[in-house]
Amino acid sequence: MDLRTRKLLDKSFSALGVIAILFMALFLVVILAPIIAKGSGAFIFRGTVEYRKLMFDIWNRGDEKALAEEMQIVAKARKPVYEMMDDFRRELAAMPSSERRKYRRALNDVEKNIENLLGPNPDDREPVLMRQRYGQTRWDMARKHLKDVLYATEWDYSGGMGVKVYVPRQDFFTGTSIEELFPYIEENIDAMMAPRLTLYLRFLTDDSRDSHFFGGIWPELLGTIYLTLGAMLFAVPMGVIAAIYFCEYAKQGLVISYLRICITTLAGVPSIVFGLFGLAFFLNTIRVSESKSVLAGSLTLALLILPTIIRASEEAIMAVPSTYKEAALSLGAGKWRTVMTVILPAALPGILTGIVISMGRAAGETAPIIFTAAVSVGKALNLDEVFTNPSPALPWNIYNLCTEHEAVDQIRHVQFGMVFSLIAVVLFLNITAIVVRARVQKNLRN
Amino acid sequence: MDNDTQKSLITVNTDAASENPDSILNTEEFSIFYGDFEAVRKVSCSFFKHHVTAIIGPSGCGKSTLLRGMNRMNDLIPGCRADGKMIFDNANIYDRTIDVVQLRKRIGMVFQKPNVFPKSIFDNVCYGPRLHGIRKRSQLEEIVERSLNQAAIWDEVKDRLHTNAIGLSGGQQQRLCIARALAITPEIILMDEPTSALDPKSTTKIEDLIGELQKEYTIVIVTHNMQQAARISHFTVFMYEGDMIEFGKTQKLFTKPEKKETEDYITGRFG
Repeated sequence: MDLRTRKLLDKSFSALGVIAILFMALFLVVILAPIIAKGSGAFIFRGTVEYRKLMFDIWNRGDEKALAEEMQIVAKARKPVYEMMDDFRRELAAMPSSERRKYRRALNDVEKNIENLLGPNPDDREPVLMRQRYGQTRWDMARKHLKDVLYATEWDYSGGMGVKVYVPRQDFFTGTSIEELFPYIEENIDAMMAPRLTLYLRFLTDDSRDSHFFGGIWPELLGTIYLTLGAMLFAVPMGVIAAIYFCEYAKQGLVISYLRICITTLAGVPSIVFGLFGLAFFLNTIRVSESKSVLAGSLTLALLILPTIIRASEEAIMAVPSTYKEAALSLGAGKWRTVMTVILPAALPGILTGIVISMGRAAGETAPIIFTAAVSVGKALNLDEVFTNPSPALPWNIYNLCTEHEAVDQIRHVQFGMVFSLIAVVLFLNITAIVVRARVQKNLRN
Repeated sequence: MDNDTQKSLITVNTDAASENPDSILNTEEFSIFYGDFEAVRKVSCSFFKHHVTAIIGPSGCGKSTLLRGMNRMNDLIPGCRADGKMIFDNANIYDRTIDVVQLRKRIGMVFQKPNVFPKSIFDNVCYGPRLHGIRKRSQLEEIVERSLNQAAIWDEVKDRLHTNAIGLSGGQQQRLCIARALAITPEIILMDEPTSALDPKSTTKIEDLIGELQKEYTIVIVTHNMQQAARISHFTVFMYEGDMIEFGKTQKLFTKPEKKETEDYITGRFG
C-alpha cells in the first residue's frame, strides 16, 4: 500500500468517525430539546388566577389579602359573562319550543366550556372533584379552552372524507342576547384569568392532587430515588465482592468460566423477565413484604444491574497491574490486605464507571418495578415504610400518565415534567459519580 | 583468552569477601517446576550474611525463578511447585508450618520494574510497617526518614513526602521501592534485575546504594549485566538452563572460572 492510499484510508476513517459522532449528537439534540423545552413548562409557565387560588386553598401559599383583591377584580370582569347567560336563559324561556330546543343544546355546550375555562359558576354548588372546582390554572391550557368556548367543532363530509372544521358559535347565536358574549370573552380573557409568569419549582417537592391534575411529582421522584439507591445498596457490595472473588480468590477453571458465561448471559436477559422473577421469587416465594414494596423492587433492580457491576468490576480489577499485587505481597501483605489496600483503590475508577452506568439503568427501568414496586397513585413514603409499601416511581408513572390517565391531553405538562425530572435525576446521579471518579483518579495519578 | 584480557574487560569487586562468612540461606537440592517443566534443577548453594550474591546466566536459565523461590513469590503462579529444601533460620521455608507473611517480612524483595503504589511517597514507605501493626505517627515518620535515608533518596523527596509517588522518575521510584522494602527491616533483600529498566546514571546510584546496604543487609541480586555482577557482588552463582553451573567468590569466578560454560558466558561467547 503506498503512502497516498494509506493517508486516504486514514482520512476517510476519521471522516466516518466524525460523521457518526455528529449523528449521535444530532439525535441527542432531537430527543432532548423537546423534553427540555416542554418539560421546563412544568416549572415555568403563565399561571392564571385559578392557579393562585388553588395554591392558596391546598397549601396555603400566597398572600390571602392580595388574592382576595385579585379575585374581586377577576369576578368583576367575569360578571357580565354570567349576566349575559342569565339573560339568554330568560330569553330562551320565552321562545317557541322548536327554537328553544335548538338553542338549549348549544347553550349547554357553551356553559360546559365556560365552566371548564373559568371554573364553576359562582352560584352553583361546589363540585366534588377537585378538577371541577377550578378553572384552567395554566394560561396555555386556558387559551386552548377559550377556543372551545368560541368555536364549535363540526365535521364537514362534503369532500367525501370527514374534515374537522371550527364554526364560530357567535354565528349560531346571531340575533340573540348571548351574541355579544363571545367577543366579550375573547377581549376580556386576560382580565378574567389574570395570567402571570409563575415559577413553580415545588413541582418537584409537592405531592399530586386529584391524580396529577394539580400539584407535583414528589412521591414519584422519591420513589425513584429510593428504588435506585436501594438497588445500589444491594448490588454494589454484592457485585464488587463477587468480582473480587472471581479475580483473586476463585480457582480459575471450568466452573468459574461457566459462571462467567452465566453472568454475561444474565446481563442480556430482558428486564420484564427480571420483573416477573422478582414477583415470583421475592413477593410470592420468600415474601419480603405482604404486597408490592420498594424493598422488593430494589432487590429486583439489584439483580438486574448485578451482572453489569460484576463485569465492570472484574475488568477494573484485572486491569490493575500485577506488579502492584507483587509489591504488596512481597511486603508481607496477605491476600485480603492486598485486595483492600492496593487492588481496590487502584480499581476504583473502573468500578465507579460500572456503578454509574448501572445506576442510570436502575433509575430508568420500568418493567422490573411494574410487578414488584410501582403503583400509579400513592403518597410519598417515609424511610421506614419502604420495606412494606409500594411507591409510585417516575418511569412507571410516565407510562401510566401518558397512556392510562383519563385526561391524557390535559396533563401534558406533568408528563413532560416527569420525563424531564427523570433525565435530570439520572444526569445528577451520573455527574455525582463522575465527579467522585475524577477525584479518585486524580488521587491515583497525582 | 588469558586472564589479563578478562581483567581489562571486567572490573571485579575489590571489596573482598570475608574468609569465613556465615551462611543465612541454604538451598539443598532445590527445584522449581512449572507444571512438568523443571525451571530450576536441584540447586544446592549458600547465601552469606552481609554479602552480596549475584545470580547470573542467560535469559530463561531460571535465575529469577530461583530468586522468587526464596520468599515464595512463586506461590502466585498457578501450577508452580517447589521441591527440595530452602533453609532459612533452621527451617525449610516450604514447610507447611511457615507463615508466608512473616517470611516475606524477613526476606524482602525489589522488582525489575519500579512498582510503587499510586499513593503518596510517605504511604508507600509506610505500607509495610502499617501491615505489621505500626500505627503511631511519630514511629512511622521515623521509619520513613530512616528508610529513605538508607535508600539515598531522602534529600530528593523530603519536601514532598505527601505527593503521589507516580510523579517520581524511574530511578527515584526504584530507590523508593528499595526504601519501602527496607522499612520492614528485612534480613535479606532479593533484587530481581533492579536496574534493567533504568538509565545508566540511576543504575550507578542503585549500585552505590547496594554497596552501602550490604553492611547491614544480605543481598541477593539477579542481573543480566555481567559487569554489574562483577562490580557489586562478593559471590556469584552462574546458572544455565535450570542448573547451577558454578558458585563461588566473584573474584575467582570472573577471573578463573572452573567450568567451560562459565568461561564461555562471561567472555561473551553466548548469552
